[in-house]
This record gives sequence, structure tokens and C-alpha cells, in this order.
Amino acid sequence: MAEPTITLNVTRYRPGQDQAPTTQAYAVPYKQDWVVLDALNHIKDQIDGTLSYRWSCRMGVCGSCGMMVNGVPKLTCAAFLRDYYPHEIRVEPLVNFPIIRDLVIDMSDFLDKLKSVKPWIIRKEEKPVAQGEYLQTPAELEAFHQFTQCINCMLCYAACPVYGVEPKFLGPAAIALGYRYNMDSRDQGKEQRDVIGNHDGIWDCTFVGECSVVCPKDVDPAAAIQRSKVDTTKNWFQSILMPWGER
Amino acid sequence: MSGTRPDPSKLYRPKIPATWWLRKKSYFLFMLRELSSVFIALFLLVYLYQIYQLTRGPEAYVAFSRRLSSPGWIFFNLIALLFAVYHSVTWFQSTAVVLPVRLGERLVPRQIVTALHIGAWIVVSLGVLILFLALKG
Repeated sequence: MAEPTITLNVTRYRPGQDQAPTTQAYAVPYKQDWVVLDALNHIKDQIDGTLSYRWSCRMGVCGSCGMMVNGVPKLTCAAFLRDYYPHEIRVEPLVNFPIIRDLVIDMSDFLDKLKSVKPWIIRKEEKPVAQGEYLQTPAELEAFHQFTQCINCMLCYAACPVYGVEPKFLGPAAIALGYRYNMDSRDQGKEQRDVIGNHDGIWDCTFVGECSVVCPKDVDPAAAIQRSKVDTTKNWFQSILMPWGER
Repeated sequence: MSGTRPDPSKLYRPKIPATWWLRKKSYFLFMLRELSSVFIALFLLVYLYQIYQLTRGPEAYVAFSRRLSSPGWIFFNLIALLFAVYHSVTWFQSTAVVLPVRLGERLVPRQIVTALHIGAWIVVSLGVLILFLALKG
């Protein structure tokens, strides 16, 4: 009996050659334990070596292989062929980003935004190493732990219609990571992350909520954004009521 | 950093169609939620006008109230009510996301927070209805 196959309709865009992206169909062997990334690797190795896409770890850690699978942003290393078989699968680059080639998107905008929230611990004054670590209680860790799980896969940016329509929007992952450090009891750099509270930060978000739905790590950026809105509003009222108070 | 960036002239920039919100059920439901505010605002304007009629005397109020009992206005009120209910449910769902509730060490599941809010909302609404009927009767 012939080996069963499944068809992948893959977006192709070759700069300098194509005016606009086209779709190319590839029939690949259907295997129960294959994910879309395995099928792409099969195409690259056996059928068409010119196909370009990003990948690395194959196990949902590196965040490199995010693509649109049947219109839904997914890590292709976690999208099993068996969930689509016997239907054809559409594989496209993440939406809301410029396309460099085939399934490879330009992530420069995201990287700039990520850097702008200063996702690292900021201290007003570092204590000497001799004084030991900055200790935290389990409750203090719990306050931000969920938001440390982000792998920068950008699926949330592809799911966010606000980012699609308003590219200036800081976006879900960058805000969630900024919030992660604002919630960290060791951090003292909240004022330096004012980009989060600006118009193109949290206030652009209309709470569609899809960022949290597609997140492969249950980071819940939508919650981080809405809670930042509450925090910012509280701080604003405090600054009006107690202009000289410590916040 | 800039040295490693792709040549902008070679990038393909896909356009977002104006109908993006028709592509996915969740986007459509989001747009309905946003649209609900329009119907709630219209209802409130009519309501304010009704109160204004009260200041112009009983005849004006009764005449306007009679106009409101026409099928067209009843249909509008029904639509506004449906949108108000939908808006309120999504509000309570959002509340559970924004304000996590803790019982000791444990986080209360969001569904329970939403259900408790909706339960309280139904009880208060019934209370208002009973009060209204009692005052009317």
C-alpha cells in the first residue's frame, strides 16, 4: 500500500523575483507523530531546498518556528499533522509582520519594542556582592513568575488586530515582559519603563484577548496589560491626591 | 544592530484588509462588544430626553412615553437590552482577568469569579425589578 500523504500549501516569497507572495503545494508523507515543522524539514531536505523558514529547538522552547497554520498563529513544532489530516494544511508567515522571504518575517520592530521596556532588573543602587543575593518570598515570586515564561515567539503579535492596524502599538509580549519586571520585588526601575504607560503602550490595547489565547506558554499578556492599566490609573490618582507622597 | 537588518526595499509588507474583524469569530465578537456601547449610548440619550419631557409637564411626558410604545421603539429597546446584557457579561469576564482573587495561597478560578459577579448582578437586577413592581402596584 502506498504511504499516505498530506498536502501543505506553503507561502513562497522570493525578494527580487516575486512581486507578491504565492502559494506552493507540497505533498509530504503523513506520519502520526510528525508536526508541521517535521513536514517543512522534509520539504527542505527532500523536495525543495530553496524553502526558507526559521526553527531551532523543535520543542517549544526557542520560539523560532511560529507561523500561521490554517490562519492561526502556532509554533509549528507543536502543531501535529494528525490534527489536520486528511485535510490540506495552509502554512503562512506570521501576519502583521513584513516578510523577508517565504516563511521568514522581519522581527526588527518587535526587538526594538522589547528593548524599549528595559526587560532586566534595574536597581537604584546595586548592593555589593559580599552582601549576598536579593531574597524573595514565594509570594513575591508568584506575583510575576507566569510572565517570565515568554519565549518571544511573537504569536501574540500575529494574533493582535490592534498591532496589525496600529503598528506603533508596543504589543502584548513587550508589555507583558515590562510588567514582569515591574512586578519583581527586586526591581526599582518602574519609572524608567514609562513607555508601557504611554499612549502607544497599554492604552492602545482594546482587550481583544487573542494574545492570551494563542500564547503557547500561558503567559497571558492580556492580563498583564489590563493589570498595568489598573496600576497606572491608581498611580495617577495617587499623584493627584498626594503629589509629594511616595509611590 | 542596524547592520544585521534586512533591506527594507526587499521586504513584502502585507496589507490588513478593512474586513479583518470578519475573519475570526473572536474578532467579530470583540467588534460586537465595541458596538454595544453605541446602542447603550443611544438608549441613554433617549432616556435623558424622556426625563427632560418630565420637566415639561405631565402631558409632554405621557405623549413621549406613548411614542416610545410604538413597535419600532420597542424593537430598538430590545436590541439595546441584548447589547447591554452582552456588554455586561463580557465586562464580568474581563473583571476576572484584571482582578485575580486569592483565597490564602490559592488563586480562585476565573470562571468562579465571573459566575459570582453575574450571580450578584442577577440578584440586584431582580431586586430592582421587584422594587419597581412594588412601587408601581
